[in-house]
Amino acid sequence: MYDRTIRRRRLTLAALVACSLLLLTVYFGESNDGALHNVQRGVFSVFAPIQEGASTVLKPARDLFGWFGDTIDAKGRLSELEGSNQQLRARAIAGSEALRVNAQLQSLLNLDNAGGLAAAKPVTARVIGRSPTVWYSTVTINQGSDSGIKNGNPVINGDGLVGQVSTVSGNASIVTLLSDGELAVPARVSASGAQGVAETGAGGPDDLRLKFIARRYRVDPGAAVVTAGTLSTAPGLESLYPPGIPIGAVTRVVDPGTDAQKIYLRTYADLQRLEIVQVLTAPINGNRR
Amino acid sequence: MNLNYRTLSWRLALICVVTVVSQVAAVSQVEILGANADLVPLVAASVGLIVGALPGAIFGFAIGMLLDFALVETVGVASLILLAIGYASGRLRELRDPQGAIVPLIVGVAATAAAQIGFSLLTVLLGQTVPLGLSLLWELLGTVAFNAAIAIPVYLVIRRCLLDALPEDPRRRRRRAYTTGGLSPLSRS
Repeated sequence: MYDRTIRRRRLTLAALVACSLLLLTVYFGESNDGALHNVQRGVFSVFAPIQEGASTVLKPARDLFGWFGDTIDAKGRLSELEGSNQQLRARAIAGSEALRVNAQLQSLLNLDNAGGLAAAKPVTARVIGRSPTVWYSTVTINQGSDSGIKNGNPVINGDGLVGQVSTVSGNASIVTLLSDGELAVPARVSASGAQGVAETGAGGPDDLRLKFIARRYRVDPGAAVVTAGTLSTAPGLESLYPPGIPIGAVTRVVDPGTDAQKIYLRTYADLQRLEIVQVLTAPINGNRR
Repeated sequence: MNLNYRTLSWRLALICVVTVVSQVAAVSQVEILGANADLVPLVAASVGLIVGALPGAIFGFAIGMLLDFALVETVGVASLILLAIGYASGRLRELRDPQGAIVPLIVGVAATAAAQIGFSLLTVLLGQTVPLGLSLLWELLGTVAFNAAIAIPVYLVIRRCLLDALPEDPRRRRRRAYTTGGLSPLSRS
């Protein structure tokens, strides 16, 4: 009985293995129109509706487990996207940085062309340091005497006059800004031609005063003020600043038309946000008009 | 006895169909971390563990055949591998009669790994293109891990389905079987 059972088991097992190998061989040997393929297609066509029904019935369970899977996948995807987002943000920042610098350089170029400043041998420099005081009275730029910069050279950016070079080393310079109390710039009101001196007022670093304007000149808020250039015809008294560089716009006038009139102006250049500047290293015709 | 055989056969057939339908219609479509569970080797191993080597082998052959037909794949591949799994787990039960609670887990993991490796090897031997690489390894390991997680519940469900159709209740067996020559519970009926 026992031997017979063992024998039967072995025979059955051998028959199953042989059957599998035979099916495998036949299936591989025959064409797509063969008998086994046809049987398979038949079984598949019977099985397909059951499968479809089961798929519909099991959809809630599938969705439930799929939700877990999706959640885990979403977490992985989230960290992946966060990394990608950081990269893109860095690139976007670099791009906007480049755009801003490009705009500044373009406006500098426009100012050079419009003001005829190309002949003043402008040296373009980047602001690499800033005085830590709230007045922002000096900045450090990355060009110095090696590039031809000298003490007293005027410094501009795309909006207008910024200040003048006060200290020079080989590869860097310090620029004293218009907002510094030590600096005074010969200026004129563009519309009327009234001449005076622009220097820091008591109100704040951005609040310049235009002094010494004769009372016969009426100055209105909004009037543009530019550098006056050299006024004297005597040699040795040339202005450091070429004429016609925009300085700022008149914001208000106190006691207009009197000797005591006070004219306030705001610089065109944002002195608190300087990045790219140009140093005008050579006077043009003694900075005369 | 005849009643038991008939009942058992019907239940095994039902388990076979339900397993293949569930696997194809639902389980295969739930993918977590790029891998999914594979009920078929687990069920084949569980049936082998519960009813013995020969019924396990027949069940493995049948479920493999149904799987190959349902998925329109090379007929004979799954049946060959799954009959080996069903037979091996049945022989383990007959020879060693392991009683530990984690036996279904170990057997399930081994069966899944054997099925995955067997399918890969046979596919390569048959000259079919297999995307060998780390992703495949990850998928195989993922399937083994998922199956490890569900091995015991699957075993318990299968045992519950088959237990009262067996001639002898395995829960009442405490004596170890002979280390050689043991037979399936069906042979004792």
